[in-house]
Amino acid sequence: MTASVVRIEDKLYQNRYLVDAGRPHIKVRQHQSPSPNLLALTVVCPAKCYEVNEDGQVEVTADGCMECGTCRVLCEESGDIDWSYPRGGFGVLFKFG
Amino acid sequence: MTEERFDAIVVGAGMSGNAAAYTMASRGLKVLQLERGEYPGSKNVQGAILYANMLETIIPDFRDDAPLERHLVEQRFWVTDDTSHTGMHYRSDDFNEPAPNRYTIIRAQFDKWFSRKVRAAGAIVLCETTVTELALDAAGKVIGVHTDRAGSVIHADVVVLAEGVNGLLGTRARFRKVPKPEAVALAVKEMHFLPEEVINERFGLTGDQGCVIEAAGTISRGMAGLGFLYTNKESISLGIGCLVSHFAATLESPYALLDAFKNHPSIRPLLAGSEIKEYAAHLIPEGGFKAIPQLFGDGWVVVGDAAQLNNAVHREGSNLAMTSGRIAGEAIAAIKSRKHPMTSDNLSLYKAMLDKSFVLKDLRKYKDMPALLHTNSRNFFTTYPQLMSQAAQNFVRVDGTPKIEKERATTAALIKARSRWGLVSDAVRLALAWR
Ligand SMILES: Cc1cc2nc3c(=O)[nH]c(=O)nc-3n(C[C@H](O)[C@H](O)[C@H](O)COP(=O)(O)OP(=O)(O)OC[C@H]3O[C@@H](n4cnc5c(N)ncnc54)[C@H](O)[C@@H]3O)c2cc1C
Ligand code: SF4
Repeated sequence: MTASVVRIEDKLYQNRYLVDAGRPHIKVRQHQSPSPNLLALTVVCPAKCYEVNEDGQVEVTADGCMECGTCRVLCEESGDIDWSYPRGGFGVLFKFG
Repeated sequence: MTEERFDAIVVGAGMSGNAAAYTMASRGLKVLQLERGEYPGSKNVQGAILYANMLETIIPDFRDDAPLERHLVEQRFWVTDDTSHTGMHYRSDDFNEPAPNRYTIIRAQFDKWFSRKVRAAGAIVLCETTVTELALDAAGKVIGVHTDRAGSVIHADVVVLAEGVNGLLGTRARFRKVPKPEAVALAVKEMHFLPEEVINERFGLTGDQGCVIEAAGTISRGMAGLGFLYTNKESISLGIGCLVSHFAATLESPYALLDAFKNHPSIRPLLAGSEIKEYAAHLIPEGGFKAIPQLFGDGWVVVGDAAQLNNAVHREGSNLAMTSGRIAGEAIAAIKSRKHPMTSDNLSLYKAMLDKSFVLKDLRKYKDMPALLHTNSRNFFTTYPQLMSQAAQNFVRVDGTPKIEKERATTAALIKARSRWGLVSDAVRLALAWR
């Protein structure tokens, strides 16, 4: 089978969000080089919120986050990330779910 | 309102929270329910199959006005490899009964409906309110909650934690641990819209009859996982979920996996021409019996997915959530009616009642299954499905090879892939875990 290129932006575009500007609910701890689990999030996060920047560090942009908790399960305990829910009413708003 | 004191606060307006709030409010308790979503259901994701009996126990006449999509008359189980599926279909006219057993639903709509029932029963429901922390007294008893709305602690005799799989509050209070990556699956799902007649024609359905497909095999690329396709009235829910630990180990991307599933030659024609209107992701508790945490304490109980009450083997969750919520509500109402305090000792009634229900009996039955699938995923989800496809193809293709040679080739392929000992030990372990 030919692998089709999946554009995550096109998928997230279908969804409704109320972004709490300036109050990200997930933060990545300062690091020199990312731990294996933190690096894994760049592929495993279903909204592709994590990316490696030019300095080789992992950054999070949580605007498209679906609040699934995968990154929390993989990286909260080690202290790699700080994970919370957005404020009430903000974040993803599923129409169907 | 902050001056008010409640008999019970329910955190979350999903399946378990609504069942708990409804049960307590309809027994006359003063209930406050808090939900972080804009409306109940706006944060919730499900396949979704609704099991009627468990809802009927709570709301007997739910069929009169609940938003139900289709009642299920056909179930398909597929084992896939890259180009084929081997399947078992079960279809029965018996399912066309006056009070059907299983329905498909759309969670956002269903949760709104359930929440209207909760309000009608007398509970106060506040949405757009995230509970940030539990309030404890000096002795560690839960006395209420803090929220992200201005104001101080909201007090209650007991807090029902119906906060779902991520269960932030319970873990922050150290009542239980954050779920382990091998005890939760990440599921991604899309809603594909198609005209009702097209769905009926493609699946051989009439009226509000429905058909569902569960698929396992090479679609999960060696990870422990399952794909599903559920027919709704005018849409198809399509999704796939695998253990988070396996995603992290294989570095597969969830949306690429979903796209490959969509493009599987057995699935693609069923979706042809559909319009996608949503992409969602959610965790599913898969740790089973051994992952169930402490279920009650001084001033609190935990229900539903937050307590890992989910039967991954049978793909049941919402019914265990509803039942645990109802039972917690009944236990709390019973303690209240005796005018007893909401201590850990008294709230152990909830656990005692849950032990007698199908919820803990079913989960106990499959207590060894999660570990087996976690450690043997490649055999169960890649090797065996491929062999099954080869065997079926050998059987079906007529090409002049004598049948006896075909049978020998099938057996040899099995043994080559897994060794006689491996096959026997997998079979024994599967049988033991299923027992
Ligand atoms: C893809 C998928 C398919 C599934 N398919 C099926 C199926 O076909 N059949 C089935 O029976 N089960 C299925 N399940 C499982 C089922 O969805 C769950 O078992 C069920 O929803 C659990 O109910 P719950 O009330 O415990 O949690 P949830 O329904 O997750 O509800 C938790 C609620 O709490 C709220 N909340 C959480 N934290 C806070 C806070 N701090 N403050 C305020 N509110 C908060 C959330 O917003 C949410 O509304 C599926 C699950 C998934 C992900
Ligand atoms: S919660 Fe889920 S969607 Fe959001 S950033 Fe983490 S992994 Fe991605």
